[in-house]
Amino acid sequence: MGMELQDNEGIAMEVQDDGEERDFSDAEAFSSVVEALTGVAMAYNMVDQSDRNQYNNLVSIVDPTPGKGPEEEALLVTALKALTGAISKMDVAFHTSLLSNIFSLCIWNYGYETRKAILELIISLAAVPDKFLNSCLHMLVSNFMAPKRIRQYNTHPRLAEKRNIYGELYVALHHIVDLVPLAPMMLKEIIDKKMPRTTDPKEVLVMFVECMLGLESDEIGEFLGSTLLIKVVELLVDLDVNINWEDIPQDELNKGIFDMELDVEENAHDGAGIGIKPETGKILKGNVFADKLDSLMVLVCEHLDSCASDGHLVKVFDTLAECFRRTVMNAYKSKFVQFVMFYACSLDPEICGLKFAVMLTDIFVSNTEDPTSRMSSVSYLASYLSRAKFVPSSLVASILKRLVEWCFQYCQFRNGCESVVYPKAHRVFYSGCQAVMYILCFRMRQLMDIPQLRSLLFHLPLEPILCSSLEPLKVCLPTIVHEFLRQAKAASLFKTSTCFPYDNLLESEFSKAFGGIERLDMFFPFDPYLLKESDRFMRPNFEFWSMVKTTYSNCNSEDEDEDLDALDDNAEHDNLESNSESDDEIEFSLSRMSITPKPAFHYPMAGNLHNGARMPARIRPSMSPED
Amino acid sequence: MEGLRVVDANLTVYIHPSKARNSRHAILRQLSSLLFTYSEVFDGVILAFEVDIKSTCCKILPRLIPNFGAELKANLLLFSPMLNMLVEGKVVKLGKESIHAIVLGFSSASIMSEDIRKELKFNIKHGEEVFSSTSHKRHVIKVGSIVRFSVKRHQKRHREGNSEKDLLQDSDLKGNHYFERLNHPQKSRKRTE
Repeated sequence: MGMELQDNEGIAMEVQDDGEERDFSDAEAFSSVVEALTGVAMAYNMVDQSDRNQYNNLVSIVDPTPGKGPEEEALLVTALKALTGAISKMDVAFHTSLLSNIFSLCIWNYGYETRKAILELIISLAAVPDKFLNSCLHMLVSNFMAPKRIRQYNTHPRLAEKRNIYGELYVALHHIVDLVPLAPMMLKEIIDKKMPRTTDPKEVLVMFVECMLGLESDEIGEFLGSTLLIKVVELLVDLDVNINWEDIPQDELNKGIFDMELDVEENAHDGAGIGIKPETGKILKGNVFADKLDSLMVLVCEHLDSCASDGHLVKVFDTLAECFRRTVMNAYKSKFVQFVMFYACSLDPEICGLKFAVMLTDIFVSNTEDPTSRMSSVSYLASYLSRAKFVPSSLVASILKRLVEWCFQYCQFRNGCESVVYPKAHRVFYSGCQAVMYILCFRMRQLMDIPQLRSLLFHLPLEPILCSSLEPLKVCLPTIVHEFLRQAKAASLFKTSTCFPYDNLLESEFSKAFGGIERLDMFFPFDPYLLKESDRFMRPNFEFWSMVKTTYSNCNSEDEDEDLDALDDNAEHDNLESNSESDDEIEFSLSRMSITPKPAFHYPMAGNLHNGARMPARIRPSMSPED
Repeated sequence: MEGLRVVDANLTVYIHPSKARNSRHAILRQLSSLLFTYSEVFDGVILAFEVDIKSTCCKILPRLIPNFGAELKANLLLFSPMLNMLVEGKVVKLGKESIHAIVLGFSSASIMSEDIRKELKFNIKHGEEVFSSTSHKRHVIKVGSIVRFSVKRHQKRHREGNSEKDLLQDSDLKGNHYFERLNHPQKSRKRTE
């Protein structure tokens, strides 16, 4: 096979399949391309018709439409190589159609050789200062995603080459950055513009994010700083906020259960893949977002894994922490994105885990932060320390000490000033107290088992805080207060015989008041994780309430041990819950404290367990408010 | 090398009230956002700055959001090449058609074949692309060489900025990348490495 340059027909380079083959040299191709380019580089009406034909021929060779045969592709490669050498002859004014064809090329449509030629041309074009750089970067970023035609077929051979194609794109970007040092500045903006939206199809989101994360771990990530990761996290937050909890139960019927909008009934429609009914649109939409978020969470967790194995997790964590502080922490009750932090911490508990806890504590005790951030941070802190298995008891104890000391100082400062409990004015204090109690509900037994920490716990000024005139026990969530007092009593935490006569006075109106309209009083960010695919990253490090050893569980330790052993899978977990029904007290505490998702088969409607794209149908609330 | 100059500037930096807690940090951040971007006010690219904050008092400037106007004196190092100035750059890519160089580590320049002196011929020696002089045997330009050339044309790019918008009292500058195109027909010559 060879290619022939026919001078009488301009640039027409034809592949001859007959025996008369003639390889024509690069120089010949180059000179004919230069001729074609220079022939039209003048005012339109001055261009000779033969020159115009020659140029049009070249434009038609560099045609971006997919489905080229091998001959056409070979011709394209030759033309691209020749163009790479003739960059200086290209002019935006005279060669618009050619340039527009070049920048519309999609590398996913071609084989390795053609891709290489396209990217070489793009690199050369980008190196011409200020002319084509923007278009080149646009073209490369557009190629982060495969075209729809390829995306639709999961088995398309080009998708198998995905990693290679990403690699080629990174190399091209790398070359461009070497030639034009300020290119990353422009690249940042282009990625920002091209970033898919939450409404885009799942494949688009997944491919784009996968490519971005790859770029982040590449050397260019250094130049782009933390932008890429921040963009990804922002996308996750966007998806997260699109999954609604139903409004927190004002509704009597919903008491104890937050229906995720993916209710069982509506899921049945989704699972069957039937057309979307208008009335179920909202529900299906929620489900779709959860599905997208799930896939992206898997990508991000895998990226964190690779960062950990490469040894630059700490650096990535700093970016994540900054991003968490800026967006996630103040996003209204985000549900899943925070687990990125949880997972990052679990990969390096000594450094990242510690940093995260200290950062949250610092925000809480800082006077300059706004109250909502402080309340939110202490909610995160409480939930994190309670739920993260990898956090050592010593760290829990030291953070507890800081929290309690802050609360104690606050009490001393305010004591006696107020005669009437006014939750909203002291909301930061109450959220601190609630956090302390929540952590102790989960960790008291562990702390009690270590003599040093036990003595530390006994020396904490808990009693003066709880008995202060601010009366946190009246204001904090009744379920937490109840459980805390129960465990404290079993552990004889309070030396004096002070009784806390609040059992009958529990009044959640107060708690609602301090939580404000955002109900931060009942926000526990690290409640059990409900996304199916990415759950495998979180589960091993996650402490379920049903697995927590409480201080009062000594009396029936045998049962407890059996139950704990049985917790490994969901079915047995279910047994535990049904067994425990006999014991009123345990049932009470479980129903209130455990936010463990019920297995889907608990509900008759959710019979199809193998429906991979579905989230658990129902979750229990963090806390059920009592009206 | 020409094109570098130091200027003294009296600036008023607008600080958003939310940044009032650490105003020094806010000022430095605002000025840093100007680095390596073309500024019309100074007619050049700011490469470095040194700030002397005149007083601790700030005027409150009436606006939709009343910002603080912090007055300061700044010493700025500017890069503003003009036509026919001689600048130096490090060669990063060579081809038959062009030489690509980077000036001061941030600005990219290209010298096209028609602007390269005729005595410099392109050839490939030991697999390496070089421009070698016909008159002087050891005069070779290859990747990594420093070349001195004169500016034939330079381009400044302007586009809407975001955060920098409120920075300077008397400017609406949002200048950004500064890409120069530097060519010289005769004076392109290599310095000893």
